[in-house]
Amino acid sequence: MNTESVNKSKYRYVLGTHTYIFADLKEVMAKATPARSGDRLAGVAADSAQERVVAQMVLADIPLKTFLNELLIPYEEDEVSRLIIDSHDASAFLTISHLTVGDFRNWLLSDLATPQVLAEVRSCITPEMAAAVSKIMRNQDLIMVAKKCHVTTAFRNTIGLPGHLSTRLQPNHPTDDVTGIAASLLDGLLHGNGDAVIGINPATDNVDQAIHLMKLMDEVIQKYQIPTQSCVLTHVTNTLEAIEKGAPVDLVFQSIAGTQGTNASFGFDLKVLEEAQQAAVSLNRGTVGDNVMYFETGQGSALSAGAHHGVDQQTCEARAYGVARQFKPLLVNTVVGFIGPEYLFDGKEIIRAGLEDHFCGKLLGLPMGCDVCYTNHADADQNDMDNLLTLLGVAGCTFIMGIPGSDDIMLNYQTTSFHDALYARRVLNLQAAPEFDQWLKAMKIFKDINGFVLHDGVPNAFSNSLENILQGSHHE
Amino acid sequence: MNELLERDKRKKGTNISEVNVGEKIKKDSLEVNDNSPVTKQPWQALKQFTAARIGLGRAGISVPTEHLLAFQLNHAQAQDAVHEPLNVSVLLNDIETKLNAIGLPKASLVIRSQVTDRMHYLQRPDLGRRLDDQSVDELKKHQAPKDNPYDLAIVLVDGLSSLAIQKNAPPLIKLLLQRLAQQPLITPGNAICHLAPLVVVQQGRVAVGDEVAQCLNAKSVLVMVGERPGLSSPDSLGMYLTWAPKVGLTDESRNCISNIRPAGLEYTQALNKLWYLLSESHQRKLSGVNLKESAKEQTGMDLLKSSKTIRNFLIS
Repeated sequence: MNTESVNKSKYRYVLGTHTYIFADLKEVMAKATPARSGDRLAGVAADSAQERVVAQMVLADIPLKTFLNELLIPYEEDEVSRLIIDSHDASAFLTISHLTVGDFRNWLLSDLATPQVLAEVRSCITPEMAAAVSKIMRNQDLIMVAKKCHVTTAFRNTIGLPGHLSTRLQPNHPTDDVTGIAASLLDGLLHGNGDAVIGINPATDNVDQAIHLMKLMDEVIQKYQIPTQSCVLTHVTNTLEAIEKGAPVDLVFQSIAGTQGTNASFGFDLKVLEEAQQAAVSLNRGTVGDNVMYFETGQGSALSAGAHHGVDQQTCEARAYGVARQFKPLLVNTVVGFIGPEYLFDGKEIIRAGLEDHFCGKLLGLPMGCDVCYTNHADADQNDMDNLLTLLGVAGCTFIMGIPGSDDIMLNYQTTSFHDALYARRVLNLQAAPEFDQWLKAMKIFKDINGFVLHDGVPNAFSNSLENILQGSHHE
Repeated sequence: MNELLERDKRKKGTNISEVNVGEKIKKDSLEVNDNSPVTKQPWQALKQFTAARIGLGRAGISVPTEHLLAFQLNHAQAQDAVHEPLNVSVLLNDIETKLNAIGLPKASLVIRSQVTDRMHYLQRPDLGRRLDDQSVDELKKHQAPKDNPYDLAIVLVDGLSSLAIQKNAPPLIKLLLQRLAQQPLITPGNAICHLAPLVVVQQGRVAVGDEVAQCLNAKSVLVMVGERPGLSSPDSLGMYLTWAPKVGLTDESRNCISNIRPAGLEYTQALNKLWYLLSESHQRKLSGVNLKESAKEQTGMDLLKSSKTIRNFLIS
């Protein structure tokens, strides 16, 4: 952008004797974003605290319509931009098309925006509109509005009903050892976790190994008749191959991002996702619904892949949700603190990002969960995670992770534990998915399911298996 | 607090150490343990099969004090590993002692990336991948002639855990150089015998090795780097091998051996894997995804794959 066109920019604000000029919508968005290390690394962040608020004031005055005309990433260059524009619901947009970003915040918080109205307008809200309004919302605003956005999905149980919090049971093991995985799986089930999905990140990532792990989980789900679904978090093309080989695939996993270039660096395009969705639906393995996709996202991935087009990381993230909603996922998980301190530096930035992601996802109609997590090189700890977990629980987050003692011994990061999930359920009175809740009761895992009180000891259904392995090991 | 801990430990000692664990489980099924505020979980005996924090028991539905504090200690150790600076003189001394014992050259250069301090390092991975000007000048003094490049440059990088380098690099280098001395001929006509001086990079990332090798004029580079510390692995070292290294390469150009530490992948196992990669890489004159794929085609095996298969006890 040359100086002349910057000087002609309509995005300007006079504060005292200083005139702030922003070159384009992309720059307004980036500079209006609450501070975070990834935007500083990309060189798109505001230069001062004052410039940030000025950018927010400029952003608040921009009509929502502008986002349909001034694309942050050109239509011709990016299939995600094309998807967003081509799938925009113009008739639903009539309800909010007269609003500016600032008005939109007021409207979302107002009593006009009931859960039903929010569900009706979601198809006309673009990811950029959601990102824009989130930048001028405080944390409590993000929580308040997200809680009004009800998104329900289903496969073998019903996820996302108000007053419920589900968990992904994540029994990862550094060598994919079957006994190690099964031990963590048992620990999770006996803590009442696993209704969102039982999902393994494989240590060895190839088709044979994925099939091996799919069978392992499928056998457990079948033997104990657990109303839940399994997923191996391997590349979408591996899962497609597994389906062709007749493997028991419940959910198709893929990490997705908000630009075509980032997705290309992940090795897929929208067509591949469509193919995978159709293949998994055709297996007809769901009993109460056919949402078959499980997506993971996270702020910073576009910058990391060098495909962010100068767009701030939170807006790129919201665009990933634009990708996700096209494929009617069962679950979308923002792995918020995993990427490291060069994108989200500390607990404060991670917490803010988690709330933004959850809000944007829900507003766009996604079953939004959050991997409430951090790495050891980030300036964050368990207290930060307790804060984010509690805030997300209040906001109506769809699901969180559950892992033994918060310690993922394969991926080397810390996320929420089985205990943490029970804490959130108890203090906020949040139930597991209804079908899974019934199972927990029938299996005598909970003594008092409404009071979230576990039984002591091992339920009968599991005691034989446990006895066998422990006696076996004594004889060795 | 200590009393609490002690009490917890004593209880643990009496609960699960019975010989016949199986019977114990049956008897305990769905019965209240005792009046202790901590409910033990009979499946804690499964800990022998995994390092995962299973069977922690619970105080109500929360993590018991003993395990809470054990976690906090591990997190503290991991954070310290990130922030503790590499002690270069101790490191070089350790390496020198070991190398003298096997009578090999001990020339070493200590240089740094463009990063100024640890906070800067954590936020600017791009600068951690590049050398500062002084370091480039220093390396160029040791550059190999154009027609006679070094076969291999060994580069030690603090990365995210100086502890990993401090503890694991000296014994690994010793094993590697010993083996190179004993078996210099890796493949017919392709001896790896022309080694660059040992280089230590402070505040570096993996890719900084590319620039080091380019400045020195080396055919290949082996980077030993401190990996991002896990909660139970503050000292994990990674080795990255790159053929024809130059500034701007990405991870797909490298082959990686991860989690090297006494409690993880042991030195001799790591060295065996490295030896295979080194010989394949020098024979085929490539590294990274292409090396992995071509090895897979040739051997029908996934390079570096390791997994054991046991029956799933939950369906027994």
